[in-house]
Amino acid sequence: MTRALLDVDHISMRFGGLFAVNDLSFAAADKAITAVIGPNGAGKTTLFNCITGFYRPQTGKLTLHHPGGPMALERMADYTIARRGRVARTFQNIRLFSRMSVLENLIVAQHTTLMRASLFSVAGLLGLARYRHAEKRAVEKARHWLDKVALTDHADEEAGSLPYGSQRRLEIARAMCTDPFLLCLDEPAAGLNPRESADLNRLLMDIRDQEHIGLLLIEHDMSVVMGISDHVVVLDYGKKIAEGSPDQVRRDPAVIRAYLGEEENEELPPEVIPDLKDLG
Amino acid sequence: MAAAFPLRRLAIDALLGGLIAAALALPMLGFRLVDSAQGLSLATRFDWVAWAAVIVASGRFALGSLSHLLADRHLGLPRSAQAFIASLGAIRPKAGWALIAIAATLPFMPFSDRNVVDKATLVLIYVMLGWGLNIVVGLAGLLDLGFVASYAVGAYSYALLATNFHLSFWLCLPLAGLLSAAFALTLGFPVLRLRGDYLAIVTLGFAEMVRVVLLNWQSLTGGPRGISGIPRPTLFGITFVPEQRVVFLYFVILALALLTNLFALRLRRLPIGRAWEALREDEIACRSLGLNPTTLKIAAFTTGAMCAGFAGAFFATRQGFISPESFTFMESAVILAIVVLGGMGSQIGVVLAALLLVGLPEWFRELQAYRMLAFGGAMVLIMLWRPSGLLSSREPTISLERL
Repeated sequence: MTRALLDVDHISMRFGGLFAVNDLSFAAADKAITAVIGPNGAGKTTLFNCITGFYRPQTGKLTLHHPGGPMALERMADYTIARRGRVARTFQNIRLFSRMSVLENLIVAQHTTLMRASLFSVAGLLGLARYRHAEKRAVEKARHWLDKVALTDHADEEAGSLPYGSQRRLEIARAMCTDPFLLCLDEPAAGLNPRESADLNRLLMDIRDQEHIGLLLIEHDMSVVMGISDHVVVLDYGKKIAEGSPDQVRRDPAVIRAYLGEEENEELPPEVIPDLKDLG
Repeated sequence: MAAAFPLRRLAIDALLGGLIAAALALPMLGFRLVDSAQGLSLATRFDWVAWAAVIVASGRFALGSLSHLLADRHLGLPRSAQAFIASLGAIRPKAGWALIAIAATLPFMPFSDRNVVDKATLVLIYVMLGWGLNIVVGLAGLLDLGFVASYAVGAYSYALLATNFHLSFWLCLPLAGLLSAAFALTLGFPVLRLRGDYLAIVTLGFAEMVRVVLLNWQSLTGGPRGISGIPRPTLFGITFVPEQRVVFLYFVILALALLTNLFALRLRRLPIGRAWEALREDEIACRSLGLNPTTLKIAAFTTGAMCAGFAGAFFATRQGFISPESFTFMESAVILAIVVLGGMGSQIGVVLAALLLVGLPEWFRELQAYRMLAFGGAMVLIMLWRPSGLLSSREPTISLERL
């Protein structure tokens, strides 16, 4: 295992009396895919929102081992985490700029670079070469990612008019256009059919192996989790109940109990079982 | 094959509409304060309430049956009109040049007298204001109900600088824009944390505050008496007689408006313009990409205010007299209506809407009493037929094929 990219250190996030994330610690390795799994309401998305700064955890530390030195994410605003920490994310319910074109979505993701190149619009307004070249490079990068997610033919269409699976891929491409060190994906396979899901597996492994960045992944689709993860963290009621390689987790009794479900009859209240037998 | 005429459903619908109208009209039309020698007394006029209910019920019924009869057309405009509007979108670049050509030759047309040029100048002021507000509302999606505040700051900046320090119009014009932008910047910091309806209400409040300050700061602004004797603009030392000045002013505002348009179109294709549009679409996604929403909003707010400041300075020099009367909420509402009616983000739509909302009422002054009625009617029709504005298609700012 390579060095850690993100250290989650005793994080707690409480809404009223409910602990959504309760004293959670784990590490996400660099150049590896770490999956966070758990039943609905286990606190996975809350954890993501803490890492990307949309929520501020009440206690604990989040340390990003950035090439430029460690960063304390729990003290940074959401957009600085994205801009300076280079942590990109996608959303469970896709958030594209739906009335803008596919290409524009990818160009907006490169805003920070382009804004600097346009000297905060001055060079852009004057049409200086400095800005035009930067824009050309931005389009080239966008085209690179469009090719990877097979959307080059749809570059000039409205993002909102794409089919669901393509929108998911576009959101990943948009996140990658920010040149992240850590990519957080919130249920990227939700709503995809098995073929699309297999394509997604290939895309994510490709990102890990060619871009050499860390991926953090929330997923329900076990074919994705078990197929591509290097490390799996299992949450239940905001607490970590197991962690390890996919195989270790699969055999862990606590995980089987909490996540994969127990023997069917044991879950039913005892008084129902005779009724079921009557029904045949 | 059309279904049977749903008389029962339409009748119930009309009846409900009538009841709601009656309930609304009862306090508004049903009672009236009468001021007589004996003091105040309350008079009733329930017949008006009944009429209101009847009018609404029959209108509702007519609309319902119309939409049923035209079911296959979705109560749309006639096909020919829709095709016309669609073709407007297709030939938009050409239409733009044609409009500019018409505008540039207007003062030399045989039918143009001083009156026509003067009214065209007024329309152009609103076109410019509309283009300025379009940056804030159409691009960045910030509902600003206080745009008139920036307009007022621009107008008073020029009026005060020119009357107190005798600075020339051409020097004051950029200063007015800068002061207006600086005002919006200071206002923007506390205000722009808010979103949507809350932002609208706060901007509305600040605009009223500006007007009240102008009204009460007698020593500086002259209070309700306003500022008169504002110097007229010159061109390289040439002064104009009134007939020439009307034409000169027309060309000044035409140039200013076109400059605003060019500026806005250019901004839209820059990172900042794309970021504004992205912000309008989804603020949370913007944050996740490292865009700081607050600075983006302040930038949009300030840029729009700068355009309004230029327009305000022009307004002051054209009128020669300004008072807080000119900067009421009604002005903000008209400018916003121009942007919304025209189709948010559409530059030519703004021109059409300004002609409709400012030009027509000027030419049909005799019908002034019915102006608000026509306004309301036009709004209802637009909402029924083109809920996203007259011209509202969007062109991408960059395309892969072109490169």
